Amino acid sequence: MSTTKSQPAPAADRTRQGRRDSGDAVRVVRLAGDAVSFRLRTRMTFIYGTLVAATLVVFAITLMVGDYEIPLPRVLLALTGEGERLDVFFVQGMRLPRALTAILVGAALGVAGAVFQSLSRNPLGSPDIIGFTSGAATGAVLTILVLGGGMTQTSIGAVIGGLGTAGLVYLLALKRGVQGYRLILVGIGVNAMLLSARDYLMTRAELTEAMTAQVWLVGSLNGRDWTQVVAVSCGTGVLIPLILGLGPRLRLMEMGEDSARALGVPTQATQATALLTASALTGFGIAVAGPIGFIALAAPQLARRLVRANGTTLLGAGLMGGFLLLTADLIAQRALAPIQLPVGVVTAVVGGSYLVWLLYREWRTGRG
Amino acid sequence: MTLERPSSAIADSENTDDALAARAALNQRTTAHTRVQLLRVVGLLVGLGVLVLCVMLSISVGAKPIPLPTVWHALIDDQGSYNQDVIFELRLPRTVLGIAIGASLGVAGALMQALTRNPIADPGLLGINAGAAMAVVVAIFIFGLTDLTSYVWFGFLGAAVTAFVVYFLGSRGRTGATPVRLALAGTAVAAVLIGLMNGIVIVNDFVFDQIRFWQVGSLVGRDMAIFAQVLPFLLIGLAIALFLGSSLNAIALGEDMAAALGARINRTRAVSALAIVLLCGGATAAAGPIGFVGLTIPHVARAITGPDQRWVLPYSAVLAAILLVGADTLGRIVLPSGELEVGIITALVGAPVFIALVRRTRMAQL
Repeated sequence: MSTTKSQPAPAADRTRQGRRDSGDAVRVVRLAGDAVSFRLRTRMTFIYGTLVAATLVVFAITLMVGDYEIPLPRVLLALTGEGERLDVFFVQGMRLPRALTAILVGAALGVAGAVFQSLSRNPLGSPDIIGFTSGAATGAVLTILVLGGGMTQTSIGAVIGGLGTAGLVYLLALKRGVQGYRLILVGIGVNAMLLSARDYLMTRAELTEAMTAQVWLVGSLNGRDWTQVVAVSCGTGVLIPLILGLGPRLRLMEMGEDSARALGVPTQATQATALLTASALTGFGIAVAGPIGFIALAAPQLARRLVRANGTTLLGAGLMGGFLLLTADLIAQRALAPIQLPVGVVTAVVGGSYLVWLLYREWRTGRG
Repeated sequence: MTLERPSSAIADSENTDDALAARAALNQRTTAHTRVQLLRVVGLLVGLGVLVLCVMLSISVGAKPIPLPTVWHALIDDQGSYNQDVIFELRLPRTVLGIAIGASLGVAGALMQALTRNPIADPGLLGINAGAAMAVVVAIFIFGLTDLTSYVWFGFLGAAVTAFVVYFLGSRGRTGATPVRLALAGTAVAAVLIGLMNGIVIVNDFVFDQIRFWQVGSLVGRDMAIFAQVLPFLLIGLAIALFLGSSLNAIALGEDMAAALGARINRTRAVSALAIVLLCGGATAAAGPIGFVGLTIPHVARAITGPDQRWVLPYSAVLAAILLVGADTLGRIVLPSGELEVGIITALVGAPVFIALVRRTRMAQL
């Protein structure tokens, strides 16, 4: 993508500038007489830095505000385990795990969404395509309404439902290899069946139980503790680096499978690995927080529009996902306090509004 | 001399060997073309026949079964019997509404997929389902309305306003309403509305109790009044749609090619969107959101007819009407007591058939 040609660099710390066709300035930074050199996309670096900073700010606010407000110095004290007992209880016992869960789940959903959009070459692509989300939803609703399970059982039910459905869709689409178009169509069919099963359960259940199921279906982070943090950080810690490693291949595959194969990308293997990893990431997210809508769809789109990249920006989608979910959860806790909204309500409203605004602005100026 | 354009060869010269060969080829082609057209017409007639059968069954089946011959007599001859009351007061309105809604959803789905050239585009993509649902929630939450007739106006208004906003948002800028923009704008607006709706629903269990039944999609309790409310919208929408076939065929070639051929892309898009709003908005307002029909029936229609929209549209209408009326009939007998909503049955019965079809045949791509 860079238009800079490699020339002998006479001195250290030399930078040269080129234009990518997307308009992002690329600097080639060369250090210590070309011993170390890397390309630096100015806009991308700036945006990512801003995202991380914004996430940190919201993170700090999340630890401070609540029915029991704690000023920043006391939050820092409480983080080290000192300070008043009540401060430590609120910060370490409740707010910190919840905030960490939000960031990790958001990042997982964002990256998974980016992978699905890249693989399906479809801006509406999401884990829903292979029936994962609706499978998980139906599994969870079945667990809540028929088996009467609690939070942990619901998570297990959701994951079994999701994985089972994804596997079923993949097998049903399998016929001398999996062809993208057939996968999408089979996904549509299986999705529809599961959603109607879910609707059936929801309309036949008692009102209170149906409400419980509805809250789970919207997606919520209420009452999440360290168990969830450990589970989701194990998952994302392994899977996100794995997917980031696949990034360059995925970008090549966006040019079409034939071109990618000609360039030496093992397309079938890459596709299968990426699908599996992204599904597992989604699974962790759903198990911990329920099927929070819109993050997987919006985070990749927002990230790539902010960066003005041509292809998928996996890292950007992850950062954006984490930031979005954390912010949304803060709003969900405080907007109608003491009523605790499920975070899924806010992700949809805030993320949706932001995407509307971004599209509006981008199209008014004639880009896009 | 090639046989690519036989007619021009005939025009060029009258009596050479080339011209004779070309004339033979032209004749052969014309015969083949006529045969395919004839097959399509016959197929459509067969579809209509199946639909009539479904209608008879739909009138005959229910809590009080009426034998088919009796149905026939009651329809053609006014006897004033109890059976006739059941048929004209309950079954016939519901069946006719089922046909209208099914055909509308099928056509709206075909239009939407042709317009966006996206196989996962359902007619609700312009935010119609979300807008209708939000408006119905507002009707219950703010105005305390709970009867189906008042939902219709709210639902249709919500659908129309939302679709207008989405289209406006998607068509800004230089290139107009491209498919990707429409899809993204529709998804974003729908997400906002569904989020707001969930927010209301979760803090208010009365609204939740009403909306959870509406959202499934059903023909239960829909009477002649509701049918009369939405019929004008559906009819105008269908009429517009049937004239859009050839314009949509041009769009299927891609924007640049279509523009080069002189197609008015932006006008076709706007008119299609209008038809979709009338059809899907009207259907959703009357029966609640039934997503499966509009999403899958166009794929089935394309598998039968190929990609020619002039045939895909009428086939979608007939097949979707069959699916909806058939599913509604099945829903009345499948449970030992009570009914299963048509929105649930269409997916439960239709999806396995759809998947089998996807696996067996090579689907015509958009």
